[in-house]
Amino acid sequence: MKITLEQVDYVAVLGRLDLSHDEKIKYMGQLDDILKYMDALSAVPTEDVEPMAGPVELFTPLREDIVKPSLSLERALTNAPSSDGSSFLVPKIIE
Amino acid sequence: MEFEAVIGLEVHAQLLTDSKAFCSCTTKFGSEPNSNTCPICQGMPGSLPVLNRKALEYTVLMSLACNCRINEISRFARKNYYYPDLPKNYQISQYELPVAEHGWIEIDTSSGPRRIGITRIHMEEDAGKLIHDERKPFSYVDLNRTGVPLIEIVSEPEIRTPEEAASYLRAVHSILVYLGICDGNMEEGSFRCDANVSIRPNGQRELGTKTELKNMNSFKNVQKGLHYEIERHGEVLGAGGKIVQETRLFDPSTGATVSMRSKEQAHDYRYFPDPDLLPLRVEPELIEKMRGSLPELPREKKERFVRDFGIPEYDAGVLTSERSLAQYFEDTVAIFPNPKSVSNWMMTEFMRALKGQDAGVVSAPVDPENLGQLLKMIEDGIISGKIGKTVFEEMWSSGRGADQIVKEKGLVQVSDVSELTDIIRTILDENPNQVARYLGGKNQLLAFFVGQTMKATRGKANPQLVNEILLVELEKFRN
Repeated sequence: MKITLEQVDYVAVLGRLDLSHDEKIKYMGQLDDILKYMDALSAVPTEDVEPMAGPVELFTPLREDIVKPSLSLERALTNAPSSDGSSFLVPKIIE
Repeated sequence: MEFEAVIGLEVHAQLLTDSKAFCSCTTKFGSEPNSNTCPICQGMPGSLPVLNRKALEYTVLMSLACNCRINEISRFARKNYYYPDLPKNYQISQYELPVAEHGWIEIDTSSGPRRIGITRIHMEEDAGKLIHDERKPFSYVDLNRTGVPLIEIVSEPEIRTPEEAASYLRAVHSILVYLGICDGNMEEGSFRCDANVSIRPNGQRELGTKTELKNMNSFKNVQKGLHYEIERHGEVLGAGGKIVQETRLFDPSTGATVSMRSKEQAHDYRYFPDPDLLPLRVEPELIEKMRGSLPELPREKKERFVRDFGIPEYDAGVLTSERSLAQYFEDTVAIFPNPKSVSNWMMTEFMRALKGQDAGVVSAPVDPENLGQLLKMIEDGIISGKIGKTVFEEMWSSGRGADQIVKEKGLVQVSDVSELTDIIRTILDENPNQVARYLGGKNQLLAFFVGQTMKATRGKANPQLVNEILLVELEKFRN
């Protein structure tokens, strides 16, 4: 195994996932398979290859700084589980 | 044991673009919550970000002003964390390949100018705003600010004192505002600063454990927060304790820093290249275009003011602290070519009036032409310098010209020799005791007679003439 149960726990916390013990065991195996697959990539000789910033020889396009209409407030809040008509409401956050 | 502090600063500056960094929503401040949002800045699945050209141009401009090397290719990365002000659960930022690196700026310190290294300048998007109401069991989320373009300017850990930190921030702030790419408003959060601070025994190379300070929204608070934190580190280490690496909030009401327990969990942002954004290529043409549009920066301007106008360095520093102030000075000098006099007036009367009513230089009720006229009237002896100050106040409150006020109020200086001689003779006749004492060697009494003459003329007598006439008239009493 390349991955420990503690690491699975840690990743679950970062991803806000509440996993049962059985799920953790299951995902530990899956994550392990992914990491093993990475070993196959490590075997490729890359000494003479320039590092790439991306997989395609294209660069990000730019847009002009022009304001366009935003969503209407009603549409902007359509998916909100809770709102007061202008703000999203979320469980209280205490700093 | 003697310790030295090691301080590194991170400045977040909001760029003055019309639209957001990756979508076309307006960046306008103060709109109704969530009225400036769209699928992109709300992080809806299927939406794709497209970078704002102006945000890139502004970033390049700042990078050039900070003597940075601009990376031809840079990358956007996702910084992942969960917080309700961040609808995508990641912030588009830059990690391994920022737009610019390896720069420096020069700052003033108590021991002269010093260069502070700039590690990197990168682009990112701002998060939304959370509003808390103590009486309510929930928090309000406003995503209008989400996606507003920011640059983060990271200094090398080369700053040694809280005073240097404040000086560095002032320098960065004034460059940004000079460039016209950030409004620099610290209260509204368009210019924010976090500080990393640690201490180490003098002479030790290895860095101590650092803490990160947040929530210092003025230059003064940055200084206070750092002083407090450096002292706290010293006390903890001095007592044999250990500094915990953590984020601490500065509390402006107590001047202390407190641990942000809610964020104590180790941050693991899992940066990775944003698959929604291709690598960013900064075309050499764009760099050259921005280089061509670089204005004269505050320090160059200050040096030129000292060199060309012969004004003191301190004055030049104040006058060049804002581009509009420097422009005002140069415009006034163009009308009244006595830079020292213009500088003196601006440093005193003008600045006082400006502070008193919170007006910007551009909207000052006394424009350079009017100030120039006033100074010319003083130089020509039409009014005295003292009356000039009264006229200036009147100009400021009424917005009228010096000419008009002087005429209307009958403030023209009395420079008529026979008129002044008459007044002075009367005064001398009325004060035989003082005259006798003066003739007996009490030369300081001359000031008394000058004062009496000014009183009699309600301040309008030409002081130089008064002096000359007094000396002559007093001598006449010797016989």
